[in-house]
Amino acid sequence: MEQSIYRSHILVCGGTGCVSSGCKQAQDALKDELAKHDLTSEIKIVETGCHGFCEKGPIMIMYPEGVFYCELTPEDMPELVEEHILKGRTVERLLYTEPNSKKSIPSYEEIDFYKKQQRLVLGNCGHMDPESIEEYIATGGYEAIGKALTEMTPEGVIEEVKDAGLRGRGGGGFPTGLKWQFAAGAKSDKKYVICNADEGDPGAFMDRSLLEGDPHRIIEGMMIGAYATGADEGYVYVRAEYPLAIERLQKALDDAREYGLLGENIFGTDFNFDLHIKAGAGAFVCGEETALMNSIEGKRGMPRPRPPFPAEQGLWGKPSNINNVESYANVPNIIRDGAEAYKAIGTEGSKGTKVFALTGKINNTGLAEVPMGITMKEIIYDIGGGISDGNKFKAVQIGGPSGGCLPEELLDLPVDYDSLIEVGAMMGSGGLVVMDDSTCMVDVARFFLNFTQSESCGKCTPCREGTKRMLEILNRITSGEGKDGDIEMLERLAENIKSTSLCGLGQTAPNPVLSTLKYFRHEYEAHIYDEICPAGACEDMLKGYVIDEDACIGCTACARVCPVDAIEGNVKEAHVIDLDKCISCGACVSKCKFDAISQA
Amino acid sequence: MGQCQCGNSAESKEKYLAPLKTILEGYEGKQKDLIPVLQKAQDEYGYLPEEVIKEIANALNLSLSQVYGVVTFYSQFHLEPRGENIIRVCLGTACHVRGGGQVLNKIKEELGVDDGETTEDLKFTLESVACIGACGLAPVIMINDDTHGRLTPDKIPAILDKYKA
Repeated sequence: MEQSIYRSHILVCGGTGCVSSGCKQAQDALKDELAKHDLTSEIKIVETGCHGFCEKGPIMIMYPEGVFYCELTPEDMPELVEEHILKGRTVERLLYTEPNSKKSIPSYEEIDFYKKQQRLVLGNCGHMDPESIEEYIATGGYEAIGKALTEMTPEGVIEEVKDAGLRGRGGGGFPTGLKWQFAAGAKSDKKYVICNADEGDPGAFMDRSLLEGDPHRIIEGMMIGAYATGADEGYVYVRAEYPLAIERLQKALDDAREYGLLGENIFGTDFNFDLHIKAGAGAFVCGEETALMNSIEGKRGMPRPRPPFPAEQGLWGKPSNINNVESYANVPNIIRDGAEAYKAIGTEGSKGTKVFALTGKINNTGLAEVPMGITMKEIIYDIGGGISDGNKFKAVQIGGPSGGCLPEELLDLPVDYDSLIEVGAMMGSGGLVVMDDSTCMVDVARFFLNFTQSESCGKCTPCREGTKRMLEILNRITSGEGKDGDIEMLERLAENIKSTSLCGLGQTAPNPVLSTLKYFRHEYEAHIYDEICPAGACEDMLKGYVIDEDACIGCTACARVCPVDAIEGNVKEAHVIDLDKCISCGACVSKCKFDAISQA
Repeated sequence: MGQCQCGNSAESKEKYLAPLKTILEGYEGKQKDLIPVLQKAQDEYGYLPEEVIKEIANALNLSLSQVYGVVTFYSQFHLEPRGENIIRVCLGTACHVRGGGQVLNKIKEELGVDDGETTEDLKFTLESVACIGACGLAPVIMINDDTHGRLTPDKIPAILDKYKA
């Protein structure tokens, strides 16, 4: 192979976020510009996986300097090449600007979003070409499976993973090593390992990012799991909504086969292993392990009663070990660097790092990998840059449809598996959706119930009927028809559904309702008894807005923003809203600097 | 169920099902591959017409009801013809709190169809989905394989225009 020496590398983020922000167009323009200056033999463009800072895409990082440019357009490319590449001058206006200090920051490591992160699992994402097996190997890839196969017994591998304290990153937090031990202990002529990449939680996209940005890491993690449990065949079950992830993983599998890393007698040992991809077909419940196995078998993706657990009777009735993408992605580090190094990070009961997807009303949306035990405040304010549009924090939703909403009082909570369960939420897959005072918590609970209700597979009665009844009550409350006793009925239904549903979907479906009732009960009460939605989000309950004459100074800001011209008044005189015209859009409220506008 | 587009003659039916026969090669009797087969068939036909489902059931040695059960379980499969362009409006958590609902309403208004419907000229099918994993750009929609992010209702007409041609 011909190898050229390049004086500089430009890493262009090619994750899904940046693709939709237009990184392909920017990259094409960059290519043209480099060609125009005859620089193609000196400068190499590397299309990488996700950098995590999706808010600021398209992103490019210039190496060796490590300068981070963001929100790039094709029109910026001539200047970027002319200034940065040819003259060696940083292009100030394309740098990241810190939202609070308004300072522009050239270096990748100094940006607040990255400073508090500890990117171990996401280490390669954004820093190498995910379609190059050579680059993965050059960063120490496939060393761990080599070490496991040639220096360790399967029992030794399991002990190491147990000792490291790795817990399932997909939601439940079950100890991974223990799961492996169960599968290893099952006697059978055939065993499987399965990777659950059916990332269905709305608000979570770390698994997508890993598959797109570092697919070989998942393959290596699964190989180690297969060796430890005695499996020789594996499946990766990926959502059909992730076409780029499937494409990159397929390329990685083909390359690994060609390099002899998959197939027979791997590393010259008697270990044989091969992997297949199964694309999902759009059913959230298939994220549940037994439903996922039914789906691989070509059936309706409905969960099976447990026991028997998959470790005894899984895919096609054979012992199977199933872990989530991020769990497998942690494994190579544990084996390569040892359990001691791994467990140096984290808290007593939760070791290592966790990737969170920061979204919602937050300045820096994106993926952040942090040590377990970091506080919610650090994640939201230091990494996330605080609440967007200068609004006030109200709640953070963690753990998707199975999780809960936490209020401001709990922002100092160190985040780990156990602390979250204690306060009525759960780690889930790690989606963090930040909400401000314009978000109605009853509406959020209704949103999640609507989701779980429509995704309920219908096999067991508590989940099928119970979530439907809960949703009906929530629909009534948010449309202004709540009645006395609704809250108590919700609580009763929630407890029953939790304790009697067949699978995790039903058992956790009431959590968003229970946690909002726990911390935001007053909002439910305001809807039912005062017939008002305090956040002004439930459209059916809005009766228009009124202006407080004493507080209004007549700045005219509200009248100018009103889309239906419902606001009248002279400059420096109190304004009036015509309730017949008002459509309750709330545009005036957000413009008023004097808190003079409120719901009628 | 959808109508076979081919008339009733045996010859034209054969022609209509020819691409399916190619897809089914190597899958005969392999019940575990039902989902990938359905995915490939839908890629070819745009949806799953009754004739296609019957043929798949025969080839894989499954009953029609078993295949129908799987088709109706997964939201990816469709029994009705679909538009040339598929619009998926994300209403996941992040998009929900950032105004995905308003974006959906604007598209409904522009196209004159409801969630889950197809325009009369078969240009667009509108669907809402739970999460497409591009939460960083909320609210987002996907039209075919293109993701459009950071949307507001006023950006919608210009985006739709690009696909109308």
